[in-house]
Amino acid sequence: MIADLGIAFARVAFVMLFVLNTAAILGWVERKQSAIMQDRIGANRASIFGLRVLGLFHPLADTLKMLTKEDFRPARADRLLFVLAPFVSVFFALVAFASIPFGDTLRIGDRVIPLQAVTLNVGVLYVFAMLSLGVYGVMMAGWSSANNFALMGGQRAAALMISAEVAIGASIMGVIMVYGSLNLMEIVRGQGALLWGWVPKWGIVTQPLAFLLFLTAGIAATKRIPFDTPEGESEIIGYFVEYSGMKFGMFLMTDMVETAVIAGLCTSLFLGGWQVPYLMADGLHWPWGSVVALSPLTVTVLQVGAFVTKIAFMIFFLMLIRWTLPRFRYDQAMRLGWLGLFPLSILNIVITGLVLLAVRPS
Amino acid sequence: MTMRLGQRFYVREVLSGLGLTAGHFFRNLGRHIARSFGRRGVPGAVTIQYPEERRPYSPRLRTLHRLVRREDGSPRCVACMMCETVCPAHCIYIVADEHPNPEIEKVPASFDIDLGKCVFCGYCVEACPEDAIRMDTGILEFSSYSRSGMIYTMQMLLALEPAGPNGVPTSPVPIPAGRTT
Repeated sequence: MIADLGIAFARVAFVMLFVLNTAAILGWVERKQSAIMQDRIGANRASIFGLRVLGLFHPLADTLKMLTKEDFRPARADRLLFVLAPFVSVFFALVAFASIPFGDTLRIGDRVIPLQAVTLNVGVLYVFAMLSLGVYGVMMAGWSSANNFALMGGQRAAALMISAEVAIGASIMGVIMVYGSLNLMEIVRGQGALLWGWVPKWGIVTQPLAFLLFLTAGIAATKRIPFDTPEGESEIIGYFVEYSGMKFGMFLMTDMVETAVIAGLCTSLFLGGWQVPYLMADGLHWPWGSVVALSPLTVTVLQVGAFVTKIAFMIFFLMLIRWTLPRFRYDQAMRLGWLGLFPLSILNIVITGLVLLAVRPS
Repeated sequence: MTMRLGQRFYVREVLSGLGLTAGHFFRNLGRHIARSFGRRGVPGAVTIQYPEERRPYSPRLRTLHRLVRREDGSPRCVACMMCETVCPAHCIYIVADEHPNPEIEKVPASFDIDLGKCVFCGYCVEACPEDAIRMDTGILEFSSYSRSGMIYTMQMLLALEPAGPNGVPTSPVPIPAGRTT
């Protein structure tokens, strides 16, 4: 009993620490990556005892600054909602990661532990539900600030999120059809199979169009450039214009965590999750027939390593997009969501269904 | 304005943009890594790390003023008030006095410049008939937490030397007595 509780706690703690630390390091990644892309050096001055470590202490300095800043609340703001909004926003972003699997089952003694914070049969739906609920925090912030710009930002965020969520939901339908499950663990397991004996059956191979649509809609759901109309630094500052101190920091953290969640989802749905090509439960099965036997623990370590590497790559890619593209205008974003991504997702579902009908032995 | 079909679908244009930025990223990353292993080569960034590194300043750059000295160390200034008159910011305050040498008409008893007001137009240098004030010290870092800390007196301005090659200052930044930090 105690051991079960301990294992459950360890699973949750691993995911929680992974997400929180990723979010913290993302601030550094964002600064440094953008700097190197733009031929700059980037923030490198924060130091502890003269030690700079490539500016890795800047997230620490940021946190200290935000914790010690004045916690301002506008006089006419709705007291409860204003305080609640950042918590709601960051909470739903954090819990969204819970059902993303970071490895296959781990065997300790006679226990079989799925490497996933929460085992859910409707894992995909859960993640999207949490991502959609996140918009409430943004809307609450916009409404309760008693500021027209904040209200406008909140309204834009709501409109953008809805058009993105529709496209997200429709675009992953193809993936669910191919792997026949809503359980993220099952979807990832399904991606371990091989097509024609040598191509890993990853989502990006079976559903390339869905990957493109999901990535676009996912970036829109994170509310970052090129879909940062809710924020719109140069025009309306956005829904958190009245926030300061750590409450503002929590909105920033939401952005980072959502980036990590979208990267995790992309990895799980399209890049094979924790799958290493040709790695089965007992070792590497190369397509030409030879087998390299590996111990179960090595396999697990390789799988978790593959998951983290893939997430890191996806985050790099999302950052690359964020620092390359300019912002979509509000109407352009709407048009892209409703007239571009959504119909294409439906088309993808139809094509997937037809192909599945043709391929499946009757 | 109509867009071509390829542009309407964004994907190709987005990919070409990503290719450009990713190319910069990996090229610069490679250069940074090569330099951190001690290889000399093209730097990965165009950044000048300012307080440690300074870009070369043009000799024409107008920096902190200095008062030119005669051979005996007294100011060359004759307190004609030209600079004080021409100054658009009214930041020069001169009090004139009689010069012991009868061949020289006047000498400033005090010559204060309030750098908090100065706009660095260089008119004082242009107006001076005696070439007694110049703006070639190369000193730019004289910020202060107080207004009184920005007032520079004649003694401080007289002690300054012209900048060396590339505009590197040769004299230390003078600290006014009224400066709190």
